[in-house]
Amino acid sequence: MTASVSFYHTPAPPGLTGIKAWLLTHDHKRLGLMYLVAILFWFILAMFVGLLLRTELMTQGRTIMGPEMYNAMFTLHGVVMVFLFMIPGIPAIFGNFFLPIQLGADDVFFPRLNLFSWYLFMLGGLVAVISLFAGEGFPDTGWTFYVPFSIQNTANVGLTVTAAFILGMSSMLTGLNFVTTFHRMRDKRMGLMQIPLFTWSLYATAWVQILATPVISITLVLVVVERFLHIGLFDPDKGGDPLLYQHMFWMYSHPAVYIMILPGMGVISEIIPVFSRKSIFGYRAIVWSSMAIAIAGSLVWAHHMYTSGMSDVSVFVFSLLTFLVAVPSAVKVFSWVATMYKGSIELTPPLLFSLLFIYLFSVGGLTGLVLGAAGTDIHVHDTHFVVAHFHFVMFGGTGFAFFAALHYWWPKMFGIMYNLRTANIAAVLTGVGFIFHYIPMLILGLQGMPRRYYDYLPQFETGNFLAGFGAYVMVSGIVLMFVNLAMSFKKRIPASADPWGGTTLEWKVPSPPPVHNFPEKPEIMDFPYDFSGVVKK
Amino acid sequence: MSARIDETGIKIGMWLFLYSEIILFGGLFVLYAAYFHRYPEQFAVGGKELNRIIGSINTVVLLVSSFAVAASITAIQRDARKHTIGLLLFSLCCGCIFLVNKYFEWGAKIHHDIFPNSDTLVNGEPGVNIFFGLYYVITGLHGLHVIIGMILLSISLVLVLMGKVNKSRFAMLDNSGLYWHLVDLIWIFVFPLFYLVL
Repeated sequence: MTASVSFYHTPAPPGLTGIKAWLLTHDHKRLGLMYLVAILFWFILAMFVGLLLRTELMTQGRTIMGPEMYNAMFTLHGVVMVFLFMIPGIPAIFGNFFLPIQLGADDVFFPRLNLFSWYLFMLGGLVAVISLFAGEGFPDTGWTFYVPFSIQNTANVGLTVTAAFILGMSSMLTGLNFVTTFHRMRDKRMGLMQIPLFTWSLYATAWVQILATPVISITLVLVVVERFLHIGLFDPDKGGDPLLYQHMFWMYSHPAVYIMILPGMGVISEIIPVFSRKSIFGYRAIVWSSMAIAIAGSLVWAHHMYTSGMSDVSVFVFSLLTFLVAVPSAVKVFSWVATMYKGSIELTPPLLFSLLFIYLFSVGGLTGLVLGAAGTDIHVHDTHFVVAHFHFVMFGGTGFAFFAALHYWWPKMFGIMYNLRTANIAAVLTGVGFIFHYIPMLILGLQGMPRRYYDYLPQFETGNFLAGFGAYVMVSGIVLMFVNLAMSFKKRIPASADPWGGTTLEWKVPSPPPVHNFPEKPEIMDFPYDFSGVVKK
Repeated sequence: MSARIDETGIKIGMWLFLYSEIILFGGLFVLYAAYFHRYPEQFAVGGKELNRIIGSINTVVLLVSSFAVAASITAIQRDARKHTIGLLLFSLCCGCIFLVNKYFEWGAKIHHDIFPNSDTLVNGEPGVNIFFGLYYVITGLHGLHVIIGMILLSISLVLVLMGKVNKSRFAMLDNSGLYWHLVDLIWIFVFPLFYLVL
């Protein structure tokens, strides 16, 4: 292979220099890195806000902030984590960077639209920040913006939902771009069953983004309209029905949960076979389960509303559908574990994060069944049990998949290797802290501690203190992880094109890749996870 | 990078976008369905207040303009620039007529104290309030789409005049046309739901 110039040194479109080469770029790799910087900023911000919340709850009564501040803080934590980290996280960063490469393409189908999506993302973040300070007090509705509170309250909720609207638009356009790229830019020799699983999961995600996002857009528009015109579409006094808001909100926001988790599952499906040196178990089953999750996940929204007073028939139907969604997720977990069975396992940081993912996500999934069953849900609805459940799935799942992806593709994105030992220590510390943090919350919830409460009864103090302690351990693990990654820029230990022994196309190009990705036409394997060549080396 | 333009890909992207627009309105139609189920008689009362003649004229105007846009795309493919420009100007005029009609329609309603949060609606039957609430939201959002569609058609018109949209490269005009048909399509659902409700 001839020496190639990395995309860092080749502006696209050509002729741009300095900061312009980044801000006006059409290169999917540069855009991926720009998303990385922005999203990490939001993640770290929201993580520390979360830490402050848990610090407040460590002791009874006032610890570091007042109740209004507490309400505003958990809203900020939720809105930022959901709309600015979880939803865009893996697709916008790793999807942008690796989807075209895994398909053998030189860029996404609409490169300029891709840049536009990034600007929408930044604009959305900016509007969210402005909304904090533009009204009387910080918005404190929680990330769900339930009516009537979101319509009546004096803080500038209108701007916050506008921010969410813009971010939704950005995510939808990214999805549109990915679907088109998947169909039109794929190497002609690559058949549907030769596509890497990460790309498959992004494809399923993209469909959910396109189909579900407009529903939240219109719902948020209605919140703004109600705030300005007071039509009363959700106001019982004027003939409206507040429950309809909840239906419309969850019609998007439940599928959005799968927008968050599916790409994470894709990452795990890439990492497990590489470090087991063994072909993925059940490739087709994983592909089909991704699509099944995308479809079935769109039909379960009302399981957030069992206690809202909707009819028993709806509760029954939605409970049944919710149980059905668990099946494809379990198929994936089974396939990952079966892939490792009798594999030649090499324990590296990406694999360690992936193993933590499998464990934490399974706990999250199983507690989800407790909530999906209408009977038990009545007992734990709106308690800390729910909070612990969705953090197990969202953070233990998507968050750890994000960390795994960061460690897996870091050498490819930057061409440098980080310290593996420190990364392992950080992974263990984060995992242990995570368990200390959320297991007490599961127990607190079963004992009856409600979510979103500023204060609690004395019997809950031990649990809350433990959870706070776990939060500090976990955050120190995450900080160590980021410091370790940042140190790699200082040491600059060069990484080879394929440091892990991966087989998908991104490992066949130099690290970091050149601007058009493939210096020479890549060889497309009959099956993307064929490790016979890697094992021989 | 291949210099060849993949027109099918551009079409796929545009259709996906249009699909998302339909779902955007779909959310509102879901609201309409839920409330129509609850207040069928009052929705009929509200529907009688609307002027069916203006509604029908607007439907015809939009359908004719959609035809003109479709014809302009055929014209550009046959390299008939003058026809293209004429047809596009005609569609833009139709769009304007639609908006002017809408303005008079809304104006008359507002004159009769029928607008969001007005005394008549707030103190009247709840179903009628919801009917007109949805009427203003849906036709308002549709009107916004008419304006966006007209902007897109105007941009295409300018590009035709500059010669940047021509026989061999007309994706912009094609996609603006698709968008204009979408506006038309949504109106075809809006019209019976509000004006012809029984």
